[in-house]
Amino acid sequence: MRHTRKHLSKGLVFILIGLILLLSGCSELTVLDPKGPVAESQRDLILYSLIFLLGVVAVVFSLFIFMVVKYRDKPNRKAEYKPDLHGNRTIEIIWTIIPIMIVTSLSIPTITTLFDLEEPPESSAEQEPLVIHATTADWKWFFSYPEQGIETVNYLHIPTDRGIEFHLSSADSMTALWIPALGGQKYNMAGMENILYLQADETGVFQGRNSNFNGEGFAEQTFKVHAESSSDFQDWVESTQNSAPELTQEKYDSLLKPELVDTMAFSSTHLEWVDHGTKDGMDYSIERHRDAFAEQLELKNGQNHEHGPSGEEGEE
Amino acid sequence: MGLDEFFVTGEPLIYAGMVAITLVSGAIIFLLTYFKKWKWLWREWLTTVDHKRIGIMYILSALAMLFRAGSDALMMRTQLAFPDMNFLNAQHYNEIFTTHGTIMIFFMAMPFLIGLMNIVVPQQIGARDFAFPYLNALSFWSFFFGAMLFNVSFVIGGAPDAGWTSYTPLAGDIMSQGPGQNFYLLALQLSGIGTLATGINLMVTILKMRAPGMTLFKMPIFTWSTFITMFIIVFAFPILTIALALMTIDRIFGSHFFTLAGEGLPMMWANLFWMWGHPEVYIVILPAFGIFSEVIATFARKRLFGYTVMVWSIILIAGLSFLVWVHHFFTMGAGAFVNSIFSVTTMAIAIPTGVKIFNWLATLYKSRIRTTTAMMWALAFIPSFTIGGITGVMLGMAAADYQFHNSYFLIAHFHYVLIAGTVFGCFAGLVYWYPKMFGHKLNERIGKWAFWLFVIGFHICFLPQYFLGLDGMPRRVFHIVPEWFNLNVISTIGAFGMGLGFAVFVYNIYYSYRYSEREQTGDPWDGRTLEWATPTPVPEYNFAVVPHVKEHDAYWDMKQKGETIYDESKVEPIHMPNSTGQPFIMSAIMFFASFALVFEWIWLAVAGLVTILVTMGIRSFDYDEGRHIDVEEIKQTERSARGL
Ligand code: HEM
Ligand SMILES: [Cu+2]
Repeated sequence: MRHTRKHLSKGLVFILIGLILLLSGCSELTVLDPKGPVAESQRDLILYSLIFLLGVVAVVFSLFIFMVVKYRDKPNRKAEYKPDLHGNRTIEIIWTIIPIMIVTSLSIPTITTLFDLEEPPESSAEQEPLVIHATTADWKWFFSYPEQGIETVNYLHIPTDRGIEFHLSSADSMTALWIPALGGQKYNMAGMENILYLQADETGVFQGRNSNFNGEGFAEQTFKVHAESSSDFQDWVESTQNSAPELTQEKYDSLLKPELVDTMAFSSTHLEWVDHGTKDGMDYSIERHRDAFAEQLELKNGQNHEHGPSGEEGEE
Repeated sequence: MGLDEFFVTGEPLIYAGMVAITLVSGAIIFLLTYFKKWKWLWREWLTTVDHKRIGIMYILSALAMLFRAGSDALMMRTQLAFPDMNFLNAQHYNEIFTTHGTIMIFFMAMPFLIGLMNIVVPQQIGARDFAFPYLNALSFWSFFFGAMLFNVSFVIGGAPDAGWTSYTPLAGDIMSQGPGQNFYLLALQLSGIGTLATGINLMVTILKMRAPGMTLFKMPIFTWSTFITMFIIVFAFPILTIALALMTIDRIFGSHFFTLAGEGLPMMWANLFWMWGHPEVYIVILPAFGIFSEVIATFARKRLFGYTVMVWSIILIAGLSFLVWVHHFFTMGAGAFVNSIFSVTTMAIAIPTGVKIFNWLATLYKSRIRTTTAMMWALAFIPSFTIGGITGVMLGMAAADYQFHNSYFLIAHFHYVLIAGTVFGCFAGLVYWYPKMFGHKLNERIGKWAFWLFVIGFHICFLPQYFLGLDGMPRRVFHIVPEWFNLNVISTIGAFGMGLGFAVFVYNIYYSYRYSEREQTGDPWDGRTLEWATPTPVPEYNFAVVPHVKEHDAYWDMKQKGETIYDESKVEPIHMPNSTGQPFIMSAIMFFASFALVFEWIWLAVAGLVTILVTMGIRSFDYDEGRHIDVEEIKQTERSARGL
């Protein structure tokens, strides 16, 4: 018995060290290393839930090890054996109430966070959020800035410390906008529009992508998010307005064809003639490219880790 | 359509598959002919209506499907091991993860469990067969041909590639052109008929055919979990049937239920799919819960702790499972209010589940644990499933799920519950009931090798995936980036460990068939429930004399009191159904009709449908009343089986 106890305590030390190593490594994981208030509230919720849930794990694992070590059938075992023991009201009530309490403790912050996420982030409440329409088509992203009158393909610029109000929709398959460093995702669907609020508090370049599987080009449907100070952002907007070409309907229609394209910028938006987030715009792409959907990209993995759209950003 | 379009061309791996299929089928045909086994195959297996044989066929098919979908998994893990890997291209990867998921759920997990139910449930309740043995055979063959239909897709016509969830509009006729998606729709439809029929069949069997004295609350817990599962099947599967039919009509006849053109409602598919799909995950976990309860009670040599609470928590879980489907698409934008409601219902499921975990632990308290292989699988389930369960709760917190959704965190969660729950359960059940099925145990030493390889491999494979998810790795991508390299390569190593474990498991079947000691008693584990009261090999009628049940754990009770279920003076002629080839033939015709519909050869499909209706007509004029086994024959069988 003493022998096993020694083993147990040794094991516990290992587990503790392991946990510490693990948690220090965890702070580098994108989702646990938020760059804005939305991702931060989600990170906090995750860590809060972990306290309870790791507690559950600890209890279950300890009980499990205790039972298996103590009640194993072996020669000259001393532990008690009660084959007909089959119930105990009190203890059963206790272990029903404890999970109920845990679930309640997890439900309350979940619900408050859910309602918070439907509003622009509070930390930048003094400013109107920046509106960006994020539209997907197989397998690319269009970001339209209606107030600025510009549109980018496959890359995104945002100012820091200001809420971004994404209007999500899709020209064809269902997709999801996910920028893990800034916060969780929502779906882009044809014929409807979703609103997603995100915000960056730090400058930097973050990974964004479509996270919802939508066919052959799915893995490459990524984009870079350039979060910059509001004056840098303003400069970028102005230079795009001045130097980028206009987006013609003809050009836009050809871009809708299911394939991969590089980054681009335009000094006008496609919202002038179609909004895929409405019932009217729902079959716009399908009508034009019906047959192109049958074609295959024959897409292979890139060499030297090259993935996603490339190109001198802002240039066509 | 030319032959080059009919067969899939241009992919070396698929050519290898074709060669393998040709060789294996050739070898099987040769062996059957050489050993003159065709008649035996037809008489003893293809036409049988005996629940025990049907169960064995279910399990063999499930193991074959586990092999097929497991190979898919290893191919995927190979592709994801290194950032620059170019083993599978995007299209091929998409096909493989689609077939992997679909086969694992529909053609591995469910048939494996239904196979165990087939063998065990009638024996646990003291019955001689299912309520409808003919229907049972039809269920099996429609599942089997459904599985075949799905499996030919990768060499003929092209495999489906829209994921096992097949979301529209992606899976619609524009974005998934060609027959691949039709294979998915019709194969699931065909096997779904069988599942629904089994649902009704087992429900009636359990309600009407229990031995005298066995009240509902004296039923063994595996029978209980089966019973509740059948309710879930009967309520959930019609939703899938309709959804599949609507998508089939969309794709083949141009309607607009789920399309973008014609203002269809693509998201309706997601709703219908998960209204079936969430109950489905409980269809594959509740029977596993039942198996673990039996195995733990037997090898802890102790009554199951909190039997009544266990039963009620199964019932509660089953009810709740219909109220949570929205948690699969919290990110659809239904709003904070809707998401709050479904968050709470989802997390509520963790309450009865947690209670069950504590009951299993309490069953071990003051017990006497024999660490047989079956028990090891059951023990490994408890901590592993706990991890799956708590991460399920994390996913259920909708606001956090915005970050977890579509990521490897989700992948890790459902593999932790499906493998540590369902697969460990299937293995535990197979090892435990193996002597009932084949008259000998599986070798314990080799079994433990398989166990450790598989379980350690499993954790190495899936634990890192939680962290990959938190690092922003989405599911269903066909390549990784360098940042995700370390954890992915670890995961791949674990996957191959599991593969090795499975190989050892299968080898053990062969080894034990050759070398294991033959079983004499029919009760090799000192069991508690009635299936251990029948002799080995189990006679086709199971019980020569129908037992009378007085206590919970009926057989244990009898053994304590020194009673036996066999009393020669009470033997009477037993009425049994005759074998029939009709279920096999009808399902084969359905297979051909579905195959025609996959390729949209409408007139051939209509001809097939008409033939099916004709065979159903023929069946309804079938006056076969079965036969009686006379008393002498029964006495002889029992004497030789019991060594009297
Ligand atoms: C404590 C109980 C459980 C809870 C609270 C829970 C919760 C969840 C949630 C919220 C999701 C959706 C996550 C997302 O898509 O973002 C999910 C996915 C899933 N769960 Fe669970 N779960 C539980 C147990 C189980 C069990 C027992 C099984 C099966 C044996 C299971 C199988 C699955 C599967 C297959 C998926 C994902 C399917 C897919 O998207 O392809 N879960 N679970
Ligand atoms: Cu679910």
